[in-house]
Amino acid sequence: MNRRDFIKVTSTAGSGLILGFYLPSTNKLSGKPLTSTAFEPNAWIKVQPDNFVRIMVAKSEMGQGVVTSLPMIVADEMDLDWSQVIAEKAPADRKKYGWQMTGGSNSVSGGWKKLRKAGATAREMLVSAAAQEWDVSKNECTSKLGTVIHESTGRVLSYGELAGKASTLVIPKKPKLKSKNEFTIIGKDKKKKDTPSKINGTAEFALDVQLDGMVYATVIHSPVFGGEVKSFDKSSVSDVSGIINIFIIERGLAIVAENTWAALKAGKKIKIDWSDGDSAGVDSKKIRKDLMKASEKKGSVVRKEGNVKKALASSDNIHEVIYESPLQAHATMEPMNCTAYVKKDQCEVWAGTQDANGARKIAAKASNLSKKQVKVNVTYLGGGFGRRAHNDFVEEAVEISKVMKKPVKLIWSREEDMQHDYYRPASVHVMKGAFDQNNQLTSWSHRIAAPSILFTQFVKIPFPFKEKADIISVEGAKHLPYEIPNMQVDFQMTKTTIPLWFWRSVYNSQNAFANECFMDELSEKAGKDPVQFRLDLLPKNSRDAGVINLVAEKSGWTDFNNDKIFQGFSCHKSFGTWVAQVARVSIENNQVKVHEVHCAVDCGTLINPANAKTQISSGIIYGLSATLKSKITVKDGRIVESNFDDFDVIRMDETPDIHVYFVDSDEDPTGLGEPGLPPIAPAVTNAVYAATGKRFRNLPIQFG
Amino acid sequence: MSEFTLNINGKQKTVNVDEDTPLLWVIRDTLGYTGTKFGCGRGLCGACTIHIDGEATRSCVTPIDNLDEDVELTTIEGLSVENPHPIQEAWLEGDVPQCGYCQSGQIMTAAAFLERNPNPEENDIDTAMKMNICRCGTYPEIKEAILTAANGSLANKGGSDE
Repeated sequence: MNRRDFIKVTSTAGSGLILGFYLPSTNKLSGKPLTSTAFEPNAWIKVQPDNFVRIMVAKSEMGQGVVTSLPMIVADEMDLDWSQVIAEKAPADRKKYGWQMTGGSNSVSGGWKKLRKAGATAREMLVSAAAQEWDVSKNECTSKLGTVIHESTGRVLSYGELAGKASTLVIPKKPKLKSKNEFTIIGKDKKKKDTPSKINGTAEFALDVQLDGMVYATVIHSPVFGGEVKSFDKSSVSDVSGIINIFIIERGLAIVAENTWAALKAGKKIKIDWSDGDSAGVDSKKIRKDLMKASEKKGSVVRKEGNVKKALASSDNIHEVIYESPLQAHATMEPMNCTAYVKKDQCEVWAGTQDANGARKIAAKASNLSKKQVKVNVTYLGGGFGRRAHNDFVEEAVEISKVMKKPVKLIWSREEDMQHDYYRPASVHVMKGAFDQNNQLTSWSHRIAAPSILFTQFVKIPFPFKEKADIISVEGAKHLPYEIPNMQVDFQMTKTTIPLWFWRSVYNSQNAFANECFMDELSEKAGKDPVQFRLDLLPKNSRDAGVINLVAEKSGWTDFNNDKIFQGFSCHKSFGTWVAQVARVSIENNQVKVHEVHCAVDCGTLINPANAKTQISSGIIYGLSATLKSKITVKDGRIVESNFDDFDVIRMDETPDIHVYFVDSDEDPTGLGEPGLPPIAPAVTNAVYAATGKRFRNLPIQFG
Repeated sequence: MSEFTLNINGKQKTVNVDEDTPLLWVIRDTLGYTGTKFGCGRGLCGACTIHIDGEATRSCVTPIDNLDEDVELTTIEGLSVENPHPIQEAWLEGDVPQCGYCQSGQIMTAAAFLERNPNPEENDIDTAMKMNICRCGTYPEIKEAILTAANGSLANKGGSDE
């Protein structure tokens, strides 16, 4: 037998007794004294003798509910009582937990198979343990609510009581998974495990980490991207008390103080002479001009069907327009921050990061230690939206702690956070459609001109993909679901000096805006209802048609008629999930008011339906900010917006009534954190057209 | 640096800080009540909201030496004297938070508002809450929770809605 086939046996003495649970010394059910052995069949599960079961969550919790939904998957296959489940956040450990990057809406879909298997493995072993204990066949035993039952004799043992025995058994290779109708937890609304701590101030975000002897730091970055500190004037902050040290680091100027206020105050006041950076002279007008120019030439073709050129040449009914999207900031509620403590041979980090493994790697590099010497504790994240998958703030905290030889809490001001984000790129979309004499859409082409996140951040040209293009930039454009005989999608990669990154739903946000607004224009040209126009281009039983029909029916699309309120439609698939939306708007005092949004979603099997619904509405509201209010502009190589006054976002009074409908499905689960976002901009923009007759082909929608 | 005595969450605390230090940083760094959050530093987002004599106040733009004498400060940690505050109960029932970062500020704003207006219309809630930003977009759940809490408090006070 392979050594790894033996189960790790761990004593619970002194371990794992956190989170303030009352831990009895005898078993609840039998009253027997507890054994000292916990049962850990794999990295995810620890059955404690006290009958609590710890389930490790190796994805970052940023509001999407993974500390609840991931344990639900394990607990269901294990037949646990939900109240005995303790969710525990895992530290960064790629060997143990696999890739912990939290993004791409893939925590549930990526964890689905392995977490089910982990739970089923534990359940089978606990059942075997009971069977051995009673000297009966496994087949006579059933599991339920954290116990194994011997039906014919009525004997019951709790998982806690069986932990010791189960730990001695061989791990089954192919445990039997439940069928969908056997689920008892999956598909049921469960309150989020972290909610109690998030309503009384005890949930620990990175900003809340307090260590003995800790000092506080802030970093000022070059206002022009790529600039460096030439010199700084210490005397300009001599009247700020509590300053400990000011020094140049890789990314800017670090100010270390006895408290946060002193650091932030000095950060605002200090005089710094910067060298000009790469983005000197760049402004939003130039960015737009460059994109427009690039869009005149053909880029890398990522989809080609039929012959678009011929179709356009032979049609006398062509429609051609250009859509645009501006830069966007993430603007998480918690500004970037990190606490780090670099010692001689050890580095510990507390970070709200979406990329725990990357944080460990970058901390090792910045501290000049090996990864083994680095521990990364992942706290709760005060919003992620992609931003926290970049670990620039981790690198800075480690670098500063290394100099200070003390624990350092690094905090960026909101202004630094807004002006030194990694932004959603601006893009230009050239859309061309052609009809035949019967008003049938015969041709579709979509050219995206945009800089590449992959190229600017990771990958060198030529791209190592079949398409020889940035496959992320064309997400949602390449995969247009409509059946049109001639089709072409190409990507014209532009250069930029503005730092770029993944913004909730990534290029799906821009591509869906262009696709679905253009579809609205084409449906008008064809003289068809926008919903019917789409349905006519889709296979009848497709999941695309499924969400379209569902939202049309639930929203009463066909019969809707109102003098003041107008409706718009859009649909888009991203991260494996089909979404269709109807938005209803009116124009009041030259402003768009969104009254309601109806949204149909097909994401396969639902884990935690109540949470799924709020994930979708979260995406809609985040997307509404970019549709109606926020954008990032560049002037003299610097970001103009600095805080929530000039980067305004949706507030409660601007939030529509949101109705979410899920398609009943047995398919494997797909993404939820992002897919709600892409359709909202086109749905609202199409509704605004219905209300005003004005096509907005750039965002945010502003009358003026 | 000056010495200040604060009455916070029912306790007397003496701190030694610069006169211009915003209450936010006194509360967080000096006193260790980290439930109150830093969001914008300019009173724009509401994450730092606390109560000063029951009034919802932006602690990030309230320097400590601006405080009148003998005021009572309450942070999220001190909101529920006898567990839990009806607002927190309603938040639990509605499972409101997502990332949770703005929620202390939302709860403190809502609690002060309901004290003032125990029987609000939806419009009143919009007006009271629109200066508190939530980037996760928990606004619908927050509004629902405030309505739940309002109905509960009316019942406790023998309100007129039956």
